[in-house]
Parts: sequence; C-alpha cells; structure tokens
Amino acid sequence: MSLSISDNLAASLIAAPIMLPSLAGTMALIFRRRRRMVAAGISIGSTALQVLIAVALLLRASQSDPTPYAMGDWPAPFGIVLVLDQLAAWMLLLTSVVGFAVATHAALTKLDRKGWNFHPIFQFQLLGINGAFLTGDLFNLFVFFEVLLIASYGLILHGQGARRLTSGVQYVVVNLTGSTLFLVGLGILYGVTGTLNMADMAARGAQLAQGDRGLFLAGGLVLIAVFALKAALLPLHLWLPRAYSSTAPAVAALFAIMTKVGAYSIIRTTPLIFGDVAEPILLPAALGTIALGFAGMLAARGLRDMAAFGLIGSTGTLLVAIALFDSDGLAAALYYLPHTTLAAAFLFLTVDLVVRWRGVEGDAIVPTPRFAGASLLAFLFLAGGVALAGLPPLSGFFGKLLILDAALVSPHAAWIWGVILVTSLIAVVALARAGSTVFWKHDETPELPEDREPPRLVQALPCLFLLALLVGLTVFAGPATRYTQGTAAQLLDTPLYLRSVLGTASPPSPAAQGDAP
Amino acid sequence: MEFLIATAIGALTWAGIYLSLRGRTFPVVLGVTMLSYAINLFLFAIGRLKVGAPPIFSEEAATYTDPLPQALVLTAIVISFGMSALVVVLSLRTFLETGTDQVDGEPDPAIDPLDGDRDEWIKRRNAHRIDMLGETRP
Repeated sequence: MSLSISDNLAASLIAAPIMLPSLAGTMALIFRRRRRMVAAGISIGSTALQVLIAVALLLRASQSDPTPYAMGDWPAPFGIVLVLDQLAAWMLLLTSVVGFAVATHAALTKLDRKGWNFHPIFQFQLLGINGAFLTGDLFNLFVFFEVLLIASYGLILHGQGARRLTSGVQYVVVNLTGSTLFLVGLGILYGVTGTLNMADMAARGAQLAQGDRGLFLAGGLVLIAVFALKAALLPLHLWLPRAYSSTAPAVAALFAIMTKVGAYSIIRTTPLIFGDVAEPILLPAALGTIALGFAGMLAARGLRDMAAFGLIGSTGTLLVAIALFDSDGLAAALYYLPHTTLAAAFLFLTVDLVVRWRGVEGDAIVPTPRFAGASLLAFLFLAGGVALAGLPPLSGFFGKLLILDAALVSPHAAWIWGVILVTSLIAVVALARAGSTVFWKHDETPELPEDREPPRLVQALPCLFLLALLVGLTVFAGPATRYTQGTAAQLLDTPLYLRSVLGTASPPSPAAQGDAP
Repeated sequence: MEFLIATAIGALTWAGIYLSLRGRTFPVVLGVTMLSYAINLFLFAIGRLKVGAPPIFSEEAATYTDPLPQALVLTAIVISFGMSALVVVLSLRTFLETGTDQVDGEPDPAIDPLDGDRDEWIKRRNAHRIDMLGETRP
C-alpha cells in the first residue's frame, strides 16, 4: 500500500513543475502591495524548489524511457498527457536555475518594486515555460506558449517608460501574429491526421496517403516557421533586439530561455513527427542568423543591444547543430543549449549591474569616469564575453567544438566551419572593443561626486551563481555530454517514444476521423 | 457552403494581413482581430463541414460532426479575445505616452496632425490625465 502511494507521488512529481509556479504565483499575488519581502521570498523559494524537483526529474528520466503522466487519468491519445523524457528534464533544470538567478537578482536590485506584480507574473512565466517543455500534446503546447507569452508581455512592460511601451506593442503584435500562424499549422495538422497528441500524430502521419502527405508537411512547416519566429531565426528575428534591449536586463536574462523554447519545439516535433523536411531551409537560415547576430554585436552602441545580438547569434549556432538532425548534431546542440542560455543570461545580468553601478551613461559603450565596483564588473564582463564568444576555458568552447565535429559529416561542412569560426572572431572583437571602452579607458572628466550610495556587492551574487554553473558545465563536460548523447539517442528513437506514450506502437482506430469520406 | 466558408476565410485573412502590415496601431489592431476571426472560422472547418449533425460521438448516431475543433475554437476565442483587449489597451497607452499612434513611436511629419505641437500635446495629455484621475498632482 505504502509502495503504491509513494509510486503515485513519484509519478505526480512530473506535474510539479507546472503546479508549483502556479501556486507560488497565486500566493505572491496576495503580497503584491504590502510585505513585498514575503512575495520575493515565495518567488525565490519556489524557484529553488523547482531546481530540486528538476534534479529529481533529471535523475529519474536518465534511468528510464519517456514517462507519460495522464492528466485526470485519461489515456494518451484521448486525454492530455505530460511526457517526461531526458530532453524535457534537461530543459526544466535549465529553466529552474536561470529562474532562480533572475528572481534573486530582481529581489536584490529592487527591480520588483518598480511595479506591483513582478513576482506573480514571473512565476506564471515559469509556469508557461515548464508546461511547454513537459506537454505531449500540440494544442497544449499552443496554450502553454500563450501562457508564457501573456506573462512575458507583463514582464517586458515592467517598469514603464515610452520606449518600453512602443517596443512592447511591436513585441505583442509580432507574437499575436505568430500565435495565429501556430493555429493555422495546428488546424492543418488536425484536419489531416485527426489527432493533436504528438505521439499519435507521429504514428498517423507515417501512415498517410501520398496526397495527404504534402498537406501534412505544409502544416509542419508552418509550425516550424512559428518556432523559428520564437527562436528569432534569420528573416524572423527583427522583433528581438529592440524588445530585449528596451526591457529591464534582468527580464531579458529570463527571456534568454524563450528563444530556446522555440529551439526546443523544433527539436521535439521535427525528428518525431515531420522527419528532416525542414533541413534545407533551416541550415542556411541558421548560418545567416549567426552572421547577422555577431555582426550586430559589432555595430551595437549599448551593452544591452550587444547582449541581445549575441543572443541571436548564439541561438543561430544552436540551430545549425539542430539542423543537422543526426545523433551527433543533436547531442552537440543539447550541450551547447544550456551553455548559451546561461551565458546570455549571465551577460544580461552583468549589463544590469553596469547600468546600476556606473552612475552616468547607462549602458552606452563610451568611456566614463572610474566608478566603484568597476573591477568586479570588468571581471564578470570578461567571463561573459569568453562564454558568449565560445573561447576556452569555458564550456562554449567545447560546445562549438562538438558542433564543428558533428558538422564534419554534413555536405555543407565547409560553410558551417567557415561561418562559425569567422563569426566567433567577430564576436571576440566586438566584446573586446566594448569591454576595453567601458572598463579600461577613462575619460579626463573629474570623478563623480561621491554622494551616491556605494554599489552593494551582494547584487553580484546571482551573476556569480550563473558563472559557477558555467564553470560546472565545463568541469563536468564528460557526464553532461554522455547525458546529451543519451538524450539524442532517445529523441531519434521514435518507436520507443510512441510505445511509451501510447502503450502500443500502432495507433488506435481513427475514431475522430470516422466521418471522413 | 465550402465555397462560402473558404471565401470568407480568405477575405478575412487577406484584410487581416494587409491591415496588420500598416504603420499605425489602430489598423494593426483591426488586422490582428480579423486574422483571429479567420483562424476561428478555419478551425471550425478542419473537422469537415456538416449541416444539421450533432457534435457528439455515439454508436447510434447516424452522422455527427467532430466536436474537438469546436472545443479548440472555444479556447482559441478566449485567448485571442484576451489578447485583443491587451493590445488595444497597450496601444492606447502608447498613444498617450508618445503622442502618436505610429507603431515605432516616432511621429510622421507628413501625416501626423500633432507635428510640431508635441510638447503641447504632452502638456495637454498630462492635464487630461489629472482630470481623469479626479485629483491634482504637482
């Protein structure tokens, strides 16, 4: 008896990453006006607990096949399922650690006091992201996308200001259009296959008649276009730099995950359901994204713009590895993915500290008088630059090495090698120029009158936490790559996923399509 | 009926795309709304069109329509309605904050009636805000 209860609890743990933030968000809502310390405590505590849950789920997923969790106990193709596999657990862990760092940073820098609802919205954002990683149902993926988008609208406007509002309008309109396209793709896919469960759709998609196959792939490509919009792939990236550079940098640090939600959705749906149909489009677009992102870093006039363009470029690098769609490429991508997310979040948080501690000129890349705390910031910026550009000794170097190694078998290997190597150099140049201008050069104006309160060094703790994670990812590169290789193998083993989720390898009788002519 | 539905969806999508590519927030809001109407109609149609058939699944029923798309449309309507409300409020706020309804927040001298009077506009807006709140502020 006790065994079955603990079994039930262990199974319910799969739903915990969705339940916990919704509970914490609602509780933080009570304390939004007074006792904000309590709200901040709830928020930070919830993210810390999510880290523990994610570790537990990761340990569990690494030992077993994909585990479905049927909501309301309705079996898979008819009810809604959450599916925990190695990929989902990996992404959950990444989300929770970034969430923990950003929540702590926001509380320490008092960003959460610039409006009333920071912590509730933040928790609902985590709810949407975690749900998108866990769900095994395409329509629920849409719903969780909407949840995380609605919360992101709130976060991107947090703190007000005309510039933030105009860029917020653009961001909302772009994402509304993206959601509409998402529904178009879903509609086509449902019309063709009569199901919305990913595993069921994979099984039925494989059995489609030749005539329906084209429509099915068209629906798939529409979906991939939406995911590429979220991931800011080349022609669809225009919304990102302005939105991310005009919002609060701490919020942008959390949004480093949001581009990865797009990348995750491509990894999740493409090998499983659509096959490698997107490869000829994805690869050139990803290469162009890298070039554009790192060239944008060179052109940036502010550190926030620079971090935003760096995020675009590194997401492009990630998508190159994904676009290979083989075991090595996916394993390399899954190692590079947490690295680039942590590096971008780390850089955004560092830039936030620069804006707060510098006194004048904000984040503009111009020389200013020396300011207190500059040497610590210079060290953090150096580490962030090394991480983002993918230089040794940090994990970005291994990640890029793995991607380049995986690209050797591709017919476009020369292009991939050329673009990644040249753009890495451009990124180094851009980061070195910005870093030396901001931290090294000092103009001749007299120092600021010291009536400002000195920077609180405790604010740098979340940054150092992310840096420690980057170092950890480097030191434990062996176990991490073994895990990502296992994940890639599991991802490409479609029959295993179908068997685990549906219980059988063959689809049930097509009841929903019984009226089709 | 198929022709009518397809034409309606096509016309709404066309108008929606055209309007959402405009440079001012009001047409963009209208365009996004039209796009979401088109999508709701499209989602209705994906379960195949049937007239006079109940949306249930039963062994006895001779014919039935697929109920799932209607459930999906319900969710999509709720989400898109909430989103439309949000974007309306947001663009109104941007208009009040910047004094123009250009989506990039920069007044266009050729068509913007507020050209040149921007400071006065912001002054007037601030006065109006005080009226609306029913209190005076420094």
